[in-house]
Amino acid sequence: MKSLSLKNMSRILVAGVVFSTLLLPVGLPAQQSKPWEQIAVPKLHEFNPHQPKRIQLKNGIVIFLQEDHELPFVSGSVLIPGGGRDEAPAKTGLVSLYGQTWRTSGTEKMSGDAMDDLLESKAAHIETVGGEDSTTIAWDSLKGDTDQVFALAVDLLFHPKFNAEKLQLAQQQEATSIVRRNDDEGEIAGRESNKLVYGADSPYARQTELATIGAVTLGDLQAWHDRTLGGKLIVSVSGDFEPAAMEAKLRAAFEALPPVKPLPARHDAFHDTQPGVFFIDKEDVNQSNVQIVGLGTDRHNPDVPTLAVMNDILGGGFASRLFQKVRTELGLAYAVGGGIGFSYDHPATFRVDVLTKSASTVDATKAALAEIAGLTTRPFTEDELKRAKDDLLNSFLFRYDSRDKVLAERVLLEFYGYPADYLETYKAALEKVTLADLNAAGKKYIHPNKLAVLVVGNGPEIKPDLDTLDLGAVKNVDITIPQPKASAAEEKKQ
Amino acid sequence: MQSRTFSWSWSGFLALMLMAMALQCARAQDLKSFEQKITTKVLPNGLTLIVCERPEAPVFSYTTFIDAGDVNDPSGESGLAHMFEHLAFKGTSEIGTTDYAAEKVALAKVEEANNAYEAEYLKPVGRDPQKLAELKKAFVAAQAEAHKYVIPNQFTDVAERAGAHGLNASTGLDETMYFWSMPENRLELWAWLESGRLSDTVPREFYKERDVVVEERRMRTDSNPIGRLVEQFLATAYVAHNYGRSGVGWPSEVSQVSATEAMEFHKKYYVGSNVVVTVVGDVKASEALPILEKYFSKVPGGPKPEDMTTVEPKQFAEKTVVIREQTQPFYIEGYHRPNYRDPDDAVYDAIGDIMSNGRVSRLYRSLVRDQQIAAEAQGFSPFPGDKYPGLFAFYAVPLPGHTPTEMRDAIHKEIDNLKTADVTDEELAMYKTRSRADLLRGLADNQGLSNALAEYQTRYGDWRQLFLQLDRVDKVTKADIRRVANLVFTASNRTSAEIDTEAPHASEKKDGGAQ
Repeated sequence: MKSLSLKNMSRILVAGVVFSTLLLPVGLPAQQSKPWEQIAVPKLHEFNPHQPKRIQLKNGIVIFLQEDHELPFVSGSVLIPGGGRDEAPAKTGLVSLYGQTWRTSGTEKMSGDAMDDLLESKAAHIETVGGEDSTTIAWDSLKGDTDQVFALAVDLLFHPKFNAEKLQLAQQQEATSIVRRNDDEGEIAGRESNKLVYGADSPYARQTELATIGAVTLGDLQAWHDRTLGGKLIVSVSGDFEPAAMEAKLRAAFEALPPVKPLPARHDAFHDTQPGVFFIDKEDVNQSNVQIVGLGTDRHNPDVPTLAVMNDILGGGFASRLFQKVRTELGLAYAVGGGIGFSYDHPATFRVDVLTKSASTVDATKAALAEIAGLTTRPFTEDELKRAKDDLLNSFLFRYDSRDKVLAERVLLEFYGYPADYLETYKAALEKVTLADLNAAGKKYIHPNKLAVLVVGNGPEIKPDLDTLDLGAVKNVDITIPQPKASAAEEKKQ
Repeated sequence: MQSRTFSWSWSGFLALMLMAMALQCARAQDLKSFEQKITTKVLPNGLTLIVCERPEAPVFSYTTFIDAGDVNDPSGESGLAHMFEHLAFKGTSEIGTTDYAAEKVALAKVEEANNAYEAEYLKPVGRDPQKLAELKKAFVAAQAEAHKYVIPNQFTDVAERAGAHGLNASTGLDETMYFWSMPENRLELWAWLESGRLSDTVPREFYKERDVVVEERRMRTDSNPIGRLVEQFLATAYVAHNYGRSGVGWPSEVSQVSATEAMEFHKKYYVGSNVVVTVVGDVKASEALPILEKYFSKVPGGPKPEDMTTVEPKQFAEKTVVIREQTQPFYIEGYHRPNYRDPDDAVYDAIGDIMSNGRVSRLYRSLVRDQQIAAEAQGFSPFPGDKYPGLFAFYAVPLPGHTPTEMRDAIHKEIDNLKTADVTDEELAMYKTRSRADLLRGLADNQGLSNALAEYQTRYGDWRQLFLQLDRVDKVTKADIRRVANLVFTASNRTSAEIDTEAPHASEKKDGGAQ
């Protein structure tokens, strides 16, 4: 379609990746012939993923420019460090409310409602979002509207005017989610299992309550904005633009800002998960949602490539141990899978989940637990290793098969302080994982006695009952939604 | 919405007209450029191949689009199309087996054993519990015998090891789709795998997989308040057409369909004339088509299966479903509308857009922003399918303290506005601009583009309609919107469903072991 720029091509060079042929599965009965092995696999077309241009301003702000002229659109975003984990516990939900109210409020010059009218008439968007460790303002428009939409986004970034009515609207939305949070079994299971891993008060698990969102004021939103805007912003723009002009425009908008002030480093404490069986009764379901959880790890851990291979063997796809056993062989679940999670800057969760009919809750849980324990007792095989590597490496391309994906990855690495060639290094490490690595990692990271089992399901239907798991007394978890003295939502109603 | 000043409105309108003109050019260019990139070929067996060259990265995505879904399930066998879709991952006579000749014999015995068991199980009178237990045992033993020859999940294993990404399938009421993405150098391997499973499906591990699908039903429908509500809503809205039938299948039916029935479904609907296969990505038509032709010619030919002849009779009575349970309130209503070939199809899209799209939409501004009674409110159509006449549905999620009745009244007020006053020029222009932009945005993704080309080729007999539909969008007028709203949104054409929240019954305990 268009010639690739040669300037930045070498970062994730995957030209001429050598694919190995499929091996005979070991331990399975012989097959008469394997016609698919006779099919030629030509050399992959040469591919140099197009890297964005990185510009570091004197004040520390980083800009990425990713040209892409396939379609007449331009999109951009500013990633701002600091998110929900950094908010005061008594105001849990502040950052989420901030993310909603920032955009709907608008600026001194243009209200959020007027902005809606203008942008939608152009099929353009500007949105703001509050996340766990960052907040974002993002925009996109047709090429012809680039300047106008960018100017609006910059105005919103630097001159928001938080509006009381819009905060109230966001609080009502949040209150609706809170009162509805026990309706869906999967939502309960995800939320409550996180609390088992991190502790209910942890910034990675605590939940919004009517009281905590009711405590958030307009002043809190402005203070949050002022505090985080001085951080190391990462600005990225992609699409159909002229690079020199775009760079000049971005420099004009961001160069004059004062030097960035990094957020103070976090010192979160993480502990082993309290083992045991936990139960939440839900009368209107006929299927149990079983979560087997513990503490995971983070991507700084050099064992992560090995763990990725182990995850693939345990719960990645149709050929994994969990899928083969619990779904294909036993027919006990439609949804089953999991593995050790790794986040960029804190331990993620180890999680295996199984959804099974009430009556087979114990059988399915035992089967899943046996597969987890098997990671330490059932030696990994050459075939499992080979299969997992083929799986991971042959689909690795899909991490950067579009310019937007390449850009998003670079922004992520910049944000968490990883080297720009992280993916390349990671891929090389995946290729080197050995059976010995796997067996060692199984012993090092899999501790069945440090896993909690959470079951959300229909108590009377679960036969045999959960005591027969033989993992100690079953602890009931209370998920009653706390009501503030007077319902915040009611009080705020006009 | 009516309070805008004239000057704003006028300048806004001018800008929109200019924008529309700019996009018009973009559209024409796109169709022309896509005609350069797309090659279509119909094989002697009737199967249509579409190759779209988009060499952005050395990968491709494909879609196999079968013009049959759960709407085609025979009576008493709801969920069968979906069951077959699961079977299509189990391999063929060449993959997934250690000895197909022996396995075939064993599978025939599984069917015999299942038939014998079912016959006893379904006896209205005189069922012999002991005989039933023996037959069940024999059925389980026959399955175990057949299982000896199975190499589990070998089909998907080979695909995943070769780099398949996003490997999945979906069964809707109207159609069944199979799809994944792969490195481009695996095109021939993919063609071998895909054509094999379409033409040489083996009903392997069917009864185990049936249990899996029943779990899928428990997850999506039984254990989900909205899933339960929507199933009742559709079952009430339709009295004759299969759109009213559970797509995943009624429990008593999906739990008893047989492999023989699934293979009959396959024989009837998986014929070349009922299949479109699309490949989008780093492929050259001149090189890819001979490979595709070689493999996909294996798919059996045969006449295009006749369309369903059942037509939903005109609704003449308003219907309401109320579910009383301990979940939060919810409201949904629907009105019967014609299918996608109706000349007013784009008018329905315009109504959906103006009522629901974003924070400028009428339902958001009225129910969410101004009245502050709902967290969310939208209208959408067609639902649950587009091949046959579906519904135009509206739903709203009440804020705490507000009721389904308030949602209903507020939605009706907005519908009345559509009937009694024209939409504004800005609203109509906005719909047209967004339709174009959305179409363009969708072109940058291999899988999305592949799915869309396959769907338009199937539904219109020509993928170009993906672009040409914009001509119909352009022709929508304010008068059309008012006319269609008056035609369709009438009380007698309405079915509504709601969840009314019941207080927890603390003293009432369920019997242990109740099903």
